[in-house]
Amino acid sequence: MRQRDVRLLILIVVITTVAGWVAWPTNPGIHLRVGDKTIDQDIKVHQGLDLQGGMQVLLEADLPADQTIDPDSMNNARAIVENRVNGLGVTEPVVQAVGGRRILVELPGISDPEEAIATLRETGLMEWIDAGSTYLEPGTRVKTDVVTGSNESAEASEGEAETVYHTVLTGQHLKRAEVAFDQQGFPEISFELDQEGAQIFADFTANNRGRFLAIALDGEIISSPRINDPIPDGMGRITGGFTVEEARNMVVQLRYGSLPIALKVVDTREVGPTLGEDSVNKSVRAGAIGLGIVLLFMLIYYRAPGLVADAALIVYALVTLALFKLIPITLTLPGIAGFLLSVGMAVDANILIFERMREELRQGKPLQRAIDAGFRRAWTSILDSNISTWITCGILWIFGNSFGASIVKGFAITLGLGVLVSMFTAVIVTRTFLHAAFAAGGEKLREKTWLFGV
Amino acid sequence: MFNLVQKRRWYFLISAILIIPGIVAMIYSTIALGSPVRLGIDFTGGSLLELQFEQPVELADIRPIIHEGVFADATIQTVGDHRNVVIRTSLNVGAQEAVAAKEALKTRLAEEIGPVTEMRFDSVGPSIGRETTRAALVAILATSGAILIFIAIAFRRVPNAFRYGVCAVAKMLHDVLFLLGVASILGLVAGWEVDSLFLTAVLTVIGFSVQDVIVVFDRIRENVNRRRGEPFETIVNRSLLETLHRSLATQLNAIFVMVAIIFFGGVTIRNFLAIMLIGMITGTYSSIFFAVPLLVTWQQRELKRLVGRPGVKRAPAA
Repeated sequence: MRQRDVRLLILIVVITTVAGWVAWPTNPGIHLRVGDKTIDQDIKVHQGLDLQGGMQVLLEADLPADQTIDPDSMNNARAIVENRVNGLGVTEPVVQAVGGRRILVELPGISDPEEAIATLRETGLMEWIDAGSTYLEPGTRVKTDVVTGSNESAEASEGEAETVYHTVLTGQHLKRAEVAFDQQGFPEISFELDQEGAQIFADFTANNRGRFLAIALDGEIISSPRINDPIPDGMGRITGGFTVEEARNMVVQLRYGSLPIALKVVDTREVGPTLGEDSVNKSVRAGAIGLGIVLLFMLIYYRAPGLVADAALIVYALVTLALFKLIPITLTLPGIAGFLLSVGMAVDANILIFERMREELRQGKPLQRAIDAGFRRAWTSILDSNISTWITCGILWIFGNSFGASIVKGFAITLGLGVLVSMFTAVIVTRTFLHAAFAAGGEKLREKTWLFGV
Repeated sequence: MFNLVQKRRWYFLISAILIIPGIVAMIYSTIALGSPVRLGIDFTGGSLLELQFEQPVELADIRPIIHEGVFADATIQTVGDHRNVVIRTSLNVGAQEAVAAKEALKTRLAEEIGPVTEMRFDSVGPSIGRETTRAALVAILATSGAILIFIAIAFRRVPNAFRYGVCAVAKMLHDVLFLLGVASILGLVAGWEVDSLFLTAVLTVIGFSVQDVIVVFDRIRENVNRRRGEPFETIVNRSLLETLHRSLATQLNAIFVMVAIIFFGGVTIRNFLAIMLIGMITGTYSSIFFAVPLLVTWQQRELKRLVGRPGVKRAPAA
């Protein structure tokens, strides 16, 4: 065995061991403490929404298509949406700006999609309205004199002559908002205003005793309290017979401010948790069965070289799975299909090599030369086929970048990565193993033709 | 030696039988549905809701409930053992209203029919559908371009490279037409919809299919140089048999994996893999039984012309 092969063999063993450890399903991750530095790195599979269940929402600025959008406001809108998402208490959410006018939100494991969308999308404009002596029923939609980019004007089309109310104060002056409970245990929102807000509030309540100061969120009255006493300190409560959930969502909206741009939902995709879990279990089983059949087929059809190819294929599977975890690549169902398909591609390289080898052996060449010729002559075909698969993956990846086809991206990435890894395992690993076997058995292996199925 | 190319007329007939019903279906579908294949919500926009009941349900029982309100124009289908129900609508309300309507529908169904679980719900706005369609067209054009360049490079130093190239492209069209035909027929008969994964399957399979025929053509080219005395038909036959092992072994492995996912894997990607599997099998078939016989026919027709009219010189018209 040549020096180079020995070195490669050691390298392969090391890589396989590390990859095997990383790929192990119950890998604990790395949690180290060296001096004052701590390393906390979980090593786990990132599951896409179709596997763990959840919802994907695409929000788009609700403005005419030809109107340019200020990147700053879009960025602020994204930050506010992100804060609200974090307020929802979802694990590992994704909030991402897509192009100039869209925000993509992924909420794994969400239970109430309707409520979640409302929380994300509603502008969250809180107003204290001077309602004069009229009591406004909660749920009434009102128009006010506050002009922001986010005013919903769609309601105006009802045709009735509408009263435009004066807004005393907006949520901008909020310093603090949180869910509290009154004596009876009903949820309410307790808030505190900043200095300026407290001053306006104090003046207004002092001069307007007995009148109604209605509170509206996004143009809808949520509460209509009557001013009994002046409120000098800017502290107050909003009661309105809402549920804890509603109170919490309102607080989330209040706390992170109102959106500078109105957003509309243009696309949602939901996967129930049952389907997700079912998909994971079935995919693992399908993968194991598919891989098992391929291993068996290679062994039966190619005998000794087949066994070597099987070893290389196992190295391949471990390395690829480890890369999925480390990069990390979010696994989706099409992604798993792409990976399994790349298993087929990985053995293709070996098939090309072994077919060439068999031809050489049938022509009576010695084993060593047949092995070398097999690798040399198959190389261009392997390269050809892998490059063309790579081009396909590249095109699919670009296609998957358009939002509606994002499911395609997972397939393109896992297939492409798989093909890349297989170039290493199917060629270098197989050759090193074959050389090692040859070093152990020598040219007399040539006599045992059944080993090669010649 | 078994002669593969001899019965090529029969093979062309089989290809015609495979493709023509699909073309008829596509024409009919274009007239009836406006597109050669039934397009899914990925491209048209709309919503798709899949529910699972604990007990099998009758369509007649759930239809009136579903057809109230937003889902008035919904098409309803039961899947498998009548526990899963797929509800499709062309969306004419905003996505948020659709989600609200869906939640309300779930509550009503749970009250009146029995416990129900939501499997998935997709709601695609029309603008997103248009964008996906545009991206799909770009992907198709890019793939076609890439394949043509690939073929041109692969055959650049071969005599009669043009013929090899045309045969490879003809084979590609053969496979694409067949797959589209299958999708079109299934769309008409079983309501199958074409989504972005369908396109992915077709593009992937075309890549494999062209690669497969190039391996065979490569070998023909090699053998033409090595065995100058032999007739073209014999050389082709030999090349086919030599590459058959690789072709079959590779495709078999891919087929094993796909069959495993189709039978044991999740439901969501079953159609995707089924199309890929059909494409893979057709791709292997059409290399051997369409592309190569086509090449032979072309070459021999020329030979006949050369051999059949020896000494005939074109005389100037008197």
